[in-house]
Formats: sequence, C-alpha cells, structure tokens
Amino acid sequence: MSDQPVDPANPVAAKAAPAQTPPAGRHVDASPVERDAVVHAGVEAAQQEHAPAAPERGGRGAIEVVDVRRGMFGAADGGDTSGYGGLVRQVALPGASERPYGGWFDEAVDVLAEVLDEGGPGFDAAIEKVVVDRGELTLHVTPAHLLGVCQVLRDDPDLRFELSLGVSGVHYPHESGRELHSVMHLVSVTHGRRLRVEVAVPDAHPHVPSTVSVYPTNDWHERETWDFFGIVFDGHPALARIEMPDDWPGHPQRKDYPLGGIPVEYKGATVPPADQRRAYS
Amino acid sequence: MAPSPTPGRTGGRSRTGGTRGGSTRAGSTRTGSTRATPGLVDDRRPAPSYEAAGGDWSEIAEEAARLGEERIVVNMGPQHPSTHGVLRLMLEIDGETVTEARAGIGYLHTGIEKNMEFRTWTQGVTFCTRMDYLAPLFQETAYCLAVEKLLGITDDVPERATVIRVLMMELNRISSHLVCLATGGNELGATTIMTVGFTAREEILRVFELITGLRMNHAYIRPGGVAQDIPPGALDTVREALVGVRTYMGQLQDLMLANPIFRARLVGVGQLNLSACMALGITGPVLRSTGLPYDVRKASPYCGYETYDFDVPTSTDEDAFCRVVLRIEECYQSMRIVEQCLDRLQASGPGPVMVADKKVAWPAQLAIGADGMGNSLDHIREIMGTSMEALIHHFKLVTEGFRVPAGQVYQSVEAPRGELLAHLVSDGGTRPYRAHFRDPSFNNLQAVSMMCEGGQVADVVVAVASLDPVMGGVDR
Repeated sequence: MSDQPVDPANPVAAKAAPAQTPPAGRHVDASPVERDAVVHAGVEAAQQEHAPAAPERGGRGAIEVVDVRRGMFGAADGGDTSGYGGLVRQVALPGASERPYGGWFDEAVDVLAEVLDEGGPGFDAAIEKVVVDRGELTLHVTPAHLLGVCQVLRDDPDLRFELSLGVSGVHYPHESGRELHSVMHLVSVTHGRRLRVEVAVPDAHPHVPSTVSVYPTNDWHERETWDFFGIVFDGHPALARIEMPDDWPGHPQRKDYPLGGIPVEYKGATVPPADQRRAYS
Repeated sequence: MAPSPTPGRTGGRSRTGGTRGGSTRAGSTRTGSTRATPGLVDDRRPAPSYEAAGGDWSEIAEEAARLGEERIVVNMGPQHPSTHGVLRLMLEIDGETVTEARAGIGYLHTGIEKNMEFRTWTQGVTFCTRMDYLAPLFQETAYCLAVEKLLGITDDVPERATVIRVLMMELNRISSHLVCLATGGNELGATTIMTVGFTAREEILRVFELITGLRMNHAYIRPGGVAQDIPPGALDTVREALVGVRTYMGQLQDLMLANPIFRARLVGVGQLNLSACMALGITGPVLRSTGLPYDVRKASPYCGYETYDFDVPTSTDEDAFCRVVLRIEECYQSMRIVEQCLDRLQASGPGPVMVADKKVAWPAQLAIGADGMGNSLDHIREIMGTSMEALIHHFKLVTEGFRVPAGQVYQSVEAPRGELLAHLVSDGGTRPYRAHFRDPSFNNLQAVSMMCEGGQVADVVVAVASLDPVMGGVDR
C-alpha cells in the first residue's frame, strides 16, 4: 500500500490498484446493495488479474469496475487499530445491458443499428455498448464515429433527437485508457424521448470530435468541457476557455486538481479546507 | 504600427498595434502567440487600434479620426446596469448599428459543481441552490429528484412533499418572472415597472421566508422530501399573497402591454425563429415564443405535473415583446397550479414530508424556537437524554451522510428560463462523484449574437433582457 502513489484529493484511494473480481461464491449483479458491497481484504485471496466486466447473472446488467478504494477516512497507516484500514470497496458502474432493454429503447437502438449498418461505419464499430440503468438509455460511442452517430440520431425520422442539452465531462482517473468521459444528453421533442451519449477517451490523448456541426448549441458546452476537463474537441470553431481566464493553468474539475481553500479558525478550533477533511471513501 | 512591447496603459488609454476588434479586455495588449486559442483573434493584422478606459473622450475621438479607423468595439459590461449582472457583451458597432456581438462570461464562476464533490449528498442542496439565485428551488428540485432516482426511492417520496415542491417551484417561477419583467423595464428606463415588479416579488419572498426560513438560498428541498412541513396558517398566507400578486400583475400589464413607448422598444426586436432555437438549444419562454409548446412539465412530467391542470402559453411573434406577454401568461398559469396545490394540501391534511427510510431521511424536522429556526428541542432531548442509538444514528447521518449506489442519472425540470438538467454521477460513496447542471441561462446566452447583430445598440439591451440570463446560473 505504501509504495503506491497517493491521490492528493483522496489520500485513501490507492492509484493503479488492479480491479478485482469478486471472491468466489459471491454473485455480482446490478443490485445496488451488492454493487457497493464492502469486501473485506481477508476474503479476497482469490483475486484475479484485471477484469473490467464481471460475469453476468440472470439477465441483469453486468458491472464495470472503475476503481477500488481501500481503507476509510485516512486510517491507512500502520497505526490503524480500528480495522477500517483493511476495507476494500469496488467502485463499479453499470456495465453493458442485454436485450431486451425495455420500452422504446429496443426500437430506437434497432433503428440506429439499421442506419449505421446500411450507410455508416456499422453498429458494432460505432457503439461500444448500450447501457440501460434506472430507466435511462446510454449509448457508449467510439470517439471516431461520434459525429456520424449524432448525425443519424438527429436526422433519422424515427430517432429525431433534435435538441441537445449540452456536453459535460466526467473524470475517472483510475479507469485506465478511458479516463475522460464526454457526456451528452439528447432530447427528441418529436418522440418525447431522451438518451445519453457517452464517449470515453484516454487522458494521454484526450481528443473527441466536436459535434458543433450537428448541434450548434454544443459550442459553449464543449468550451466548458475543455476548460474544466481538458478534453479537446477536434473541429470546434474556437475552443477557448470559457469560465476560467485564458491563461489559467490546469483543468479545475479533474479529480487530480485540488479544490483549494484555507483552514478556518473559529473559537479556537481550526477547520481544514473541504478537500482535506476526513473522507469516507 | 508595431505592436507595443509592454502591456499597460498610460493614463486613461493606451495604444497598441494589431489587436483586432473584439478584444479590448485588459489582456488584449499582449502580443503574438500568448493566446490560448490561435486564430480566435487575429493578432497579425496591423490595423491600428486603441483602448479607451475613461479619460478625455475628445482626445480619443480626435485620435480615432487621425487614425482613420471607424470600427468601434464597445465593451458593454461586465459592470453595466443593463446586462443583468456581470455579463460582458463585446459589440462591434458601426454608428448605432451592431455589426458583431459576442458574450463573454465567467466573471461569476464560483466552482459550485466542484465544491459539491466535497460535500455530502444532502449538503449538495445548499450549494446548487445558489447557482441561479432567482430560481433556487428549481435547482434544488432537479438535484433532489436526481439523487432520489439514484437511490431508487422516487416512489417513496411522500405525496405531501411532492405537492409542496410543486407549490414552491410555481411560486418561484412567478417571482423569477417578476424580476425578469421588472429588471427588463428598468433597463429601458421604466423605473415604475421595476418597483411594481419587485414589490410583487416581495409578496412571494415573504411566503418563502415563512415556509423555508429564508428569502433566497433556501436549501429547503432535500433528498427524500423537504426540510420541514409548511407551518400552520401558511396556506392562507399564500392565498393572500396571490391576491396581492394578481393586483401587481394587473398594474404591470397596464404599464407594459399597451404602452406605445414600451411596444416601440420591444416589438420586432431580438427575433429568433424556431430552427435557430432548436439549433442553439434554446428552451423556455424564448422557444415558446416561436410557437413550439415544449415544456418539460408536459413533455416528461416530474413531481406529478401530469395531474395538474395548466396550459403552456405560446406565441408566434418570435420577438421580445411576445416573450414579455408569455412570461405574464406563465405567471397566471403558475397561479393556477399554486391554487391546485393549496387545495390538495388543504384536503390531505398533515402528513409526512420526508421518506420513511431513516437511513436517508434527515434525523429530525427543524423547528422554530425563540431565536429562530433550528433543531427541534424534542429531538435534542431524545438523542441527548434517552436514546444512545438515536444519537449515533444522528451523528453518522449528519457527518458521514448516506451512501448512494453507483451510477449516473439525469433529471430535467422546467426552470423559468428553460430546461434545467441535472446530471449526477455517484461512485457509491457519500458524496456526489460529479454534479453537472445544464443551466438554461448558460445555453441561452449563445443566442446573443444572432439576436443582436444587425440591430441597434439600444436593442441589445432589450434582446438580452428577453433572454433573462442570470449570471449565477451561467457561471456556476
């Protein structure tokens, strides 16, 4: 544990910890309780090599481990007698869903697949996975084909997602090779539908094609995502910072960017800044 | 003229070489390749330019005449009484005609989204309520609905809490629209419209203070319900307030709708048609002024809006005047919903306003004591005097918070300015992993160029007022 670099924003979380499959005999499905199960270190002897997607069971969606957290509120040093330092928790997001997705999701994905297979790059090449969780449809699109997929989503009369609610980013620093996610929400006013389009790119090459040519409204949203996350939207007409000053170093909403703040004294006690307070990993 | 080697100003003005229009901000005296985005501003063009930041205007005018440069870039804002806060408009003008308009934002960026990642899910409400400070209850509702969706407790939220949420949101919509009308009038020089509008809003703020304890920044709507039930007599107070608001609304209509000066300033100004609105993602009254009755309350209802009887007013005039009319009509529709909420609350009688799950619900309702609102004494007595377990539970919930299963959700609500989308990501912890708000003001400001270019400088004020941007929401 001690030889691993420590994330300044979250000193407990060990970087680059290998994702673990759950211990044998323990089923993993998408139920919220089990997804967040705290697995004790002593039981996980049977851990295997990197396994991004856990096995599925009973038609429920798989899970995707994006991070493994150890310990609790900073008690990770040798003097820990509470036992909390031995806690290991997987952070697992919902993985690819199996058909039937339910509702209009199947129909919409079918239409998209048909159009992409006919005149485009092909459904399998363009769509990494389809995730249905909490009644929401998420299309994970490969960066190379984002523009084509958006064009189809907007223009096909059976899809007609004509209104974009903008782009934002999410930073998963431990999901190696897919650290930065660009998330776009689309609305079909015609059909009364909503979906999410998600693109994951590596931190080392954070390039996503700009969708401004399809959805002009994404102009400022992509500038904001560049500003806060450092995702470069290739083809954007003027990808300048929008919230921070032009010469600002760094991208503030990435997880490795500190929140900042100073200790505050009040009646003799000192309250540390928010990012240095005790955290329940 | 060669670029001046050092940035800086002498006296009230300075001369530099080669900065193209649009860039009269302080940093524009930088030269060469220091820009974050090459090509955004053409630094190579050796057009003479100068900056005016106060000083003797006759000197500036003489120098402009000497240089023979007639294009003038005016910075309207970020400190300007007619730009609704710290909005910076960069206008390139030819005489009184605006040839190019750009909006500069970021002057009120406070990092609320980042801050929310370092607070518990419940504390997140106190942050997001401060974004669009004229419509705080919409952010709170969008956020709490999203948290409830993540937790999977959407159906467990008590009916009474949902009705109170709708009541508060619709009152908030009226107060927000009143500020829009009031400041819009004020920016045209019609101070009476401003005073009437703000007086009417005061009626609603008094109701807010009675119910939530605060006039703004309420943090009243919480994951799982609302912070406390409405106090005794509040229903009658709301009814009385509505009577007052109706009176003031009547006065506003008399002042605005048939006023020839007001009409001359607004009719046909700030036009934006349906295809432009859809392309730019414009929602709210501006979209409905093009005839499309898109309203999230009807399109994908939340909080039981499908059970309320109300209309979505639209117009096809596409201009600033019909947006004023639409906002007034929406106020009356909101009053209809408020009255239905009052009837429902009256009929249902007292009941729970927070989910029954004690692992999520805040340990106690607040109570009003002699020194204002705070912890209820009964609850303090219980945790300090009788039940150790209750004390532990209270401590855990207040310091650590509750865990939210990993995943991501979105939730849209119809805010006064358009569609407000909350996008929350949870990593299974006690804090939001990511909270993003698609604020309608942020998005709608993109329409400034299209609405203002080709018009008069005075029309810029009208066009921006018809968008009704709130910079707290724009910059977050």
